[in-house]
Amino acid sequence: MSNDVFTCDYIESYSKQQQEPAWMTDFRLKAFETAETIDMPKPDKTKITRWDFDTFDHVTNNQSAKQIALNDLPEGIKKFIDIEKEQNLLILRDNVREYVHRSEDLAKQGVIVTDLQTAIKEHADLVKQYFMTDAVSVNEHKLTALHGALVNGGAFIYVPKNVIVEEPIQTIFWQDNPAQALFNHVILVAEENSEVTYVENYLASETEAKTVMNVVSEVFAKANAKISYGSVDHFAHGTTSYINRRGLAERDAKIEWALGQMNDGDTISENVTHLLGDQSVCYAKAVSVGRGDQTQNFTANIVNHGKHTDGIILQHGVMKDKATGIFHGIGKIEHGGTKANAEQESRVLMLSKHARGDANPILLIDEDDVTAGHAASVGRVDPVQLYYLMSRGISKREAERLIIHGFLAPVVNEIPIEAVRKQLTDVIEGKVY
Amino acid sequence: MSGSTLEIKDLHVEIDGKEILKGVNLTIKGGEFHAIMGPNGTGKSTLASAIMGHPKYEVTKGQILMDGEDVLEMEVDERAKAGLFLAMQYPSEISGVTTSDFLRSSINAHREEGDEIPLMKFIKEMDDAMDYLEMDKNMSQRYLNEGFSGGEKKRNEILQLMLLKPAIGILDEIDSGLDIDALKVVSKGINKLRNENFGCLIITHYQRLLNYVKPDYVHVMMQGRVVKSGGPELVERLESEGYEWIKDELGIEDETVGK
Ligand SMILES: Nc1ncnc2c1ncn2[C@@H]1O[C@H](COP(=O)(O)OP(=O)(O)OP(=O)(O)O)[C@@H](O)[C@H]1O
Ligand SMILES: [Mg+2]
Repeated sequence: MSNDVFTCDYIESYSKQQQEPAWMTDFRLKAFETAETIDMPKPDKTKITRWDFDTFDHVTNNQSAKQIALNDLPEGIKKFIDIEKEQNLLILRDNVREYVHRSEDLAKQGVIVTDLQTAIKEHADLVKQYFMTDAVSVNEHKLTALHGALVNGGAFIYVPKNVIVEEPIQTIFWQDNPAQALFNHVILVAEENSEVTYVENYLASETEAKTVMNVVSEVFAKANAKISYGSVDHFAHGTTSYINRRGLAERDAKIEWALGQMNDGDTISENVTHLLGDQSVCYAKAVSVGRGDQTQNFTANIVNHGKHTDGIILQHGVMKDKATGIFHGIGKIEHGGTKANAEQESRVLMLSKHARGDANPILLIDEDDVTAGHAASVGRVDPVQLYYLMSRGISKREAERLIIHGFLAPVVNEIPIEAVRKQLTDVIEGKVY
Repeated sequence: MSGSTLEIKDLHVEIDGKEILKGVNLTIKGGEFHAIMGPNGTGKSTLASAIMGHPKYEVTKGQILMDGEDVLEMEVDERAKAGLFLAMQYPSEISGVTTSDFLRSSINAHREEGDEIPLMKFIKEMDDAMDYLEMDKNMSQRYLNEGFSGGEKKRNEILQLMLLKPAIGILDEIDSGLDIDALKVVSKGINKLRNENFGCLIITHYQRLLNYVKPDYVHVMMQGRVVKSGGPELVERLESEGYEWIKDELGIEDETVGK
């Protein structure tokens, strides 16, 4: 299916088939109208005009939601789950719910963990309030507009006021059919004084088939809420991805991102957090590995609006083969953000002569009474470090492996679910060697 | 004779095209402890680094043999597996790699594939050695040498020496930056390894260390060569009289090298 197949009729009938309420159908149609007039995004330093954002299947799976037994999952999926423990877990396979469970405790406290389609029906007011309103907007560019028009999966997670969710909530978005596009949308709301840890996995089964991922996450940390958000993206080589994770933090709130950006295809990935309320805090940490001929453009951006806000960016990337990785780190302090702090560190480790890495730190400061700093580097594995490790008998390959894992550890170690942490380590291992 | 023999013959070494070692001859056998002393900048660390295979140092002439095998043909890790160990004057810091993971990888590198050290056995060996060196156990979970104090780095080098039990150990200023108590502990660690199978080359500026770790032979380096060799009595004379008398004896004006 290519873009010209999409028409208002198609969108209307898709919405109907999903039994969506009229407001959602209207939303899609409006977004589609916008998509037809608005430009593609223009990520700095990467030309995407020849990227294939058109070849994909929007719907492949006409099954309805079900509840399978976790033990019936293929090994490749099961290994992402701490199977012995009780799970707060949602699994979508080709956008259709396969499994959902939350602990009795969470249910009692009113915590919502469900797929977006169900949420649109059962929690319409909440979805309406948060879906592409205050965080990501349809009007940003063609890809956000298309997202609004074609969203076909996702999750809705809602933590009520004062509720502390002890165990992590996990989602697995599993692309099983190689041509299936995920226009996946995650909404995570943590109400005042609540706390939640959320981990998502994007998984693909196939490597070469052409398709598109258009993923948006909108994350809301209300006053004094704490959100820890981990992810592992691992789409296949043939997949062109646009990923947009956005956070809004109110007074005294904290959002911590730990993103494992491991796609094998061309990718634009942006992570923007607005520190709206005074004393709000964001740690945006991300690691990436590029291999083969893929091009990736990453943006980590924290905007300090409130006073005494603290934004810290850390991105570490490893580039091998002929891969290109551009890392933008943007710290922006708005006028009025007195005593704000914007720190960032972007480091790229090059493993081959033909790889391209670029760390691009930007500080934009419209306020006097602030602190800010940045560190950026692009380099190779330090020969003296290699020598030190090898002088203990460790082979060159193993020494490099240790140094690379060490380089990525600041983010890997932040992933809160052990099984996912181990999988991220394995994905890194697989990509680097 | 037991243990291994390290032979250095007419060794010439350059850094960035500058000749630093100008014909070093030295033989260390299992069971022997050698000390190398000498003023700053005379090539002591260069010798140690060239033996281990530091990437910046280029051997332009001469030989290094370990039990007759050509060390210069070996990669750095092969040198270690042949039984060489260098406690470095400035150990590298490696972020993200825990000391414990590094130690385990090092031990396993000396074992056959499929015969890796069992985790429990490793932890016991590491804990015992850390106790012996009076090290804080939490250090093993910290990143390798990152943020370690000068003295902690030195202890960590000796910890590795104790766990890897090489045939020939080269200790480059293992005593620098150590307080008196730490010096005793580190000396105790080195002496624990003392037996007829272990040969040791100790580079130091001070008699202090050599009071605890008694050398059998003492060498003085100047101008990129060993200019004087003797027994332990040489240490005392250097300590009391300095290096001037050697320079006078040999007619050396500037003892440094590479200027
Ligand atoms: N990378 C380098 N480039 C140029 N010269 C170097 C380099 N490394 C070492 N040298 C020089 O080689 C000479 C010998 O250095 P070396 O480190 O071997 O001395 P040393 O005897 O160990 O001194 P110290 O007692 O101070 O540790 C010195 O003059 C030093 O400046
Ligand atoms: Mg030295």
